[in-house]
Amino acid sequence: MKLEYIVAIVVLIFAGQFFYGVAANPDSEFGGADGAAGDLVSEISPGYEPAEPWFQQYLFEPPGGETESLLFALQAAFGAIIIGYTIGYYRGKGESNKDTEN
Amino acid sequence: MHIFEGFLPYPWWQAWFAISIPVILYGMYKMNKLVSERREVVPLLAVAGAFIFVLSSLKLPSVTGSSSHPTGTGMAAILFGPAITAVLGVIVLLYQAIFLAHGGITTLGANAASMAIIGPLVAYMFYKAASKAGMNFYMNVFLATAIADWVTYVVTSLQLALAFPSATGGILASFIAFAGVFATTQVPLAILEGALTALIMKYVVQIKSDVLVDLNVLTTTTVAKLKEAMQ
Repeated sequence: MKLEYIVAIVVLIFAGQFFYGVAANPDSEFGGADGAAGDLVSEISPGYEPAEPWFQQYLFEPPGGETESLLFALQAAFGAIIIGYTIGYYRGKGESNKDTEN
Repeated sequence: MHIFEGFLPYPWWQAWFAISIPVILYGMYKMNKLVSERREVVPLLAVAGAFIFVLSSLKLPSVTGSSSHPTGTGMAAILFGPAITAVLGVIVLLYQAIFLAHGGITTLGANAASMAIIGPLVAYMFYKAASKAGMNFYMNVFLATAIADWVTYVVTSLQLALAFPSATGGILASFIAFAGVFATTQVPLAILEGALTALIMKYVVQIKSDVLVDLNVLTTTTVAKLKEAMQ
């Protein structure tokens, strides 16, 4: 079977597990596991206060969810452009080499 | 797998930096050498880095009711080895720590150890062992990258457990609790990452198989067999 079909099936199964997850956890907002681990830290070590390092005030923090999603989208778009450009470039180059050989 | 800023107390964040920094420096040396000796690998290096950028930006929902993200580092590890992958992974972690307040600066060493070093190392070792054993290339890529993705989150759980042992059950009880959050959430994502990586690798075989042979990822006979199967 072609690999593309197998991957398509895996993607469908992934979508399926998501819908099952929604049904099984009706109250969940699907927050990040990173955050859940942070909550777990306060549960295990109730007295622990995350240290605020001196450079924290100089770090940029997205003012809200909108800006954060913009930066995440930029990250993905930037990567996708490079992958698409490079694969397309070589595929085109391969095609034109084939043409000149014939 | 991002441990947030401030969530690793002394001496843990320093210890993880002590482990990560030498690997990253060695990776920079290896990358410089590779790029100056073989210009033709640069586009593939860019693709491997870009793949980490894309995959680690995708926060995907899991059956457990939490979201997490894949790592994308397995492909780079198979192509260029774990040291160079460490450099690519740290670039992504820095971007997320500085611009997205995702992860952190003091925890960068620990996050680099899990996502950019130990996960890729596992992918690399698995891939090499399984190709020696003659496993099908795509199956091998799928398993190596899926396992690496999952191991990354197991390492994160261990890092947190070491720093925050449970008062009653010690490190082990703590590890089970953190792994309950990370490792279970990650299973569907790891499978998806493995499948996507196998597909991208198929296209790399199609367009740049000569570089794969140069990098010792595949032998000429395997490339010939894989290309024949594509016809």
